[in-house]
Amino acid sequence: MEALSLPAALALVAGGGAGLSPERRAALGASLPLVQRDYRFERVWFWGCIQGVRGAYYIAEGLGPDRAAPRSRLYSLNCLDWSLLTPATKEMLALAEQLKGRFQGDPSFEYSLAEINAEAAARLVQSGKEPVIKEEARLIATIEQIDRAVGIVPRGAFVKTPLGSVHENRHFEGLSLVEAKKLSSYFHFTEPANLKNKTLLEKADLDPSTDFLDSLEHDIPRGSWSIQLEKGGTVVVLRSLLWLGLTFYHVPMTKQFGYVYFGTGEKNLDLPFML
Amino acid sequence: EGGHGPYQPHEPGYGLDQPGYSPYDDEIPDPQARMLAIKNAKAYLLKTSTKSGLNLYDHFANILTKILDEQPTNTVDIIENISKDVKWEQFRKKMDTLRDEHLIPPTFEAAEKYKALFVKEGGEDEHEELEEEMGKPSLPNVMETAFYFEQAGIGLSKDESYYIFLALKNLNNVQPIQTCRFWGKILGLEMNYIIAEVQLREGEEEEEIGEEEEEIIAEGQKEIGQAEEEDEQKEKEPEPPKSTYKPPPDIPKEANGTGTNKYVYFVCNEPGKPWVKLPPVTPAQIVCARQIKKFFTGRLDAPVVSFPPFPGNEANYLRAQIARISAGTHVSPTGFYQFPEDEEEEEEEGADTYEENPEFEPPPVAEMVESLATWAHHVKEILKQGRCVWTNLAQKSEENEEDEEEEEEEEEEQQEERGQPLLTLISEDEGMKNIPAWTAQASTNLIPEYSVAILQSNRWPGAYAFASGRKFENIYFGWGHKYNPESHTPALPPPAEAEFPSEPGITETVDPTVEEEMAFKAAQEEALAAAEEEEDEEGEDD
Repeated sequence: MEALSLPAALALVAGGGAGLSPERRAALGASLPLVQRDYRFERVWFWGCIQGVRGAYYIAEGLGPDRAAPRSRLYSLNCLDWSLLTPATKEMLALAEQLKGRFQGDPSFEYSLAEINAEAAARLVQSGKEPVIKEEARLIATIEQIDRAVGIVPRGAFVKTPLGSVHENRHFEGLSLVEAKKLSSYFHFTEPANLKNKTLLEKADLDPSTDFLDSLEHDIPRGSWSIQLEKGGTVVVLRSLLWLGLTFYHVPMTKQFGYVYFGTGEKNLDLPFML
Repeated sequence: EGGHGPYQPHEPGYGLDQPGYSPYDDEIPDPQARMLAIKNAKAYLLKTSTKSGLNLYDHFANILTKILDEQPTNTVDIIENISKDVKWEQFRKKMDTLRDEHLIPPTFEAAEKYKALFVKEGGEDEHEELEEEMGKPSLPNVMETAFYFEQAGIGLSKDESYYIFLALKNLNNVQPIQTCRFWGKILGLEMNYIIAEVQLREGEEEEEIGEEEEEIIAEGQKEIGQAEEEDEQKEKEPEPPKSTYKPPPDIPKEANGTGTNKYVYFVCNEPGKPWVKLPPVTPAQIVCARQIKKFFTGRLDAPVVSFPPFPGNEANYLRAQIARISAGTHVSPTGFYQFPEDEEEEEEEGADTYEENPEFEPPPVAEMVESLATWAHHVKEILKQGRCVWTNLAQKSEENEEDEEEEEEEEEEQQEERGQPLLTLISEDEGMKNIPAWTAQASTNLIPEYSVAILQSNRWPGAYAFASGRKFENIYFGWGHKYNPESHTPALPPPAEAEFPSEPGITETVDPTVEEEMAFKAAQEEALAAAEEEEDEEGEDD
């Protein structure tokens, strides 16, 4: 969610019971503008909070002029001092998917790879490093996975210019109430994977400036999103069932939208049994 | 290129900017013609489109009016969008001669319901009751609890908390309630549940039990009637062999007011909707709920499709999960509750009641955070059987003579289950792998004098407790499932029944195929024919 609209947005996602204490909110209000100034971001999003066993990680993302470019991610343990995270590599993603269990809350905690993946451990030993993976790497990989899988925006909120860069659509007035209840009005805000697989009829209806991302309709497994109208229908809240804790909110007919993650950072692999 | 003028006499463009000397003068010789050209251009712009009935002149006029009225920044970048919007507005006004029915979006209905919460009912009666009541008020101070939890970042928005507060007050007025508490919120797929934990005044519960029993008796009689009819029908036909399988007797549920059914729970989907009472929980439901993991949909009558099949619908599953969460995560500072001293019981497990300790001195917040021994469970643990107090089924079925034989075998297997006694410290809770069962934190490190001790459960993510001085409270916000470090593995179906063993008297052989039967028949006929021929021959010989 936008750092500037943080207080209002937190009130809208509070239906799930998770939020920030007044101390953290005040700290964010002070530190996020400084992050924007220091790193020269155009936009700063408060991504959310991953609860570890002994502490929590607060994550923020910074965006440059092209909103679809890879985002810079920062983490903090107290909402005041932010550290930049390195971009995720494929190896990190592959290894982190095999790690199970809660985050510990300490970025330098080391998971021993020998139990989990003997090959990777052997490779690391050969290249002279210890066969461990740090919690920081797991954090980077988890954030990347969550963003790719369930980071969503409403349709029409972003436009793609002919040059390929993506900007916010200044003409976006919000989804109507009818549109807001449909899963097809929301897009994954990552590289599209399914766009080319649509039939010609469907492609003819698309507007290439706004429909350049995958919609949520064809997510597998079906039913992995829960759409609810809260506060008497004034806010539409989508909660992901695959990554429990990701909440997306949008006030129909206004420009307010955003998503935030408050959870333990674990994928819900039991989803098919639970539906 | 640099600027063009003023030209010097020796340069080529000298004098061409004077009227009458421009390069196009031979094309437009006089002003009259120029005016005509302008009129033609304007007439062209005014041409109405055959498709849409608009013309370019009016359209540009509207665009410019809109731009000058609104004065957006960077207009040239969004000019196409502005043009589209202007066209859109045109269409909407012209096409509909009928007025649309005034749509009432659901937001307004819900707003009405919320407003109804604020109405104060029955002014005079309430004053009298307030004077008579002594002791603790039955309505909890939801806003105060919400404030303490907010210090840890847990809780709903203030508006929603206040609506829940008012809804609880309504519940208080409608139902005969002795104590009431906001238990928490469970999220569902379509709707969420807001749950209130309530103790009804004595006497009110018995009426409801009577009603339930009457219903069960009436149903039982109906079943007997139906069975008799079926028996009559069956006597006419040869009956297939009846199975001798008798299902194991149901473990009886605990009486209202004790064990897992100590409290009564009311739920509603949103504050303002009517409260629905959840039925008491049976041990079979708890045992089954431990084996399945399903999302709640938000409708109490939704079926729970699972294996092993859950005995009940979503209302029962919800009640079972509430019972498990309460038993696992309701804690209080050690020493706040104590066993009543006048009762002398040898077995502590039987102790079901506790009372507040008037001499309780709360330890400082730092100590509550550091040592988990400062917290204790005040809800009894649920045994494997599904109850808090173990029952020996063998005792009850002694009345049935038929079951004695089976029973003697079972007695050896059933051993009395003992759970943790009431008021055990939570430091004795086992963790899972390398994760402790509880995480304790102080709400703030910057201002330790006013910080609040917060406990988060790792076994039931979403269960929280806070303590500050003499005040403490438990709450739950989550999806209603237990944390499992490994993935959930559903129960396997039972193994197939063993087949009847092959004995000399009964062996299993393959049925003969049609060819074999025909061959056998043919062989038999040949033998018969051969035998007849021999007889004929013998007959002829004679």
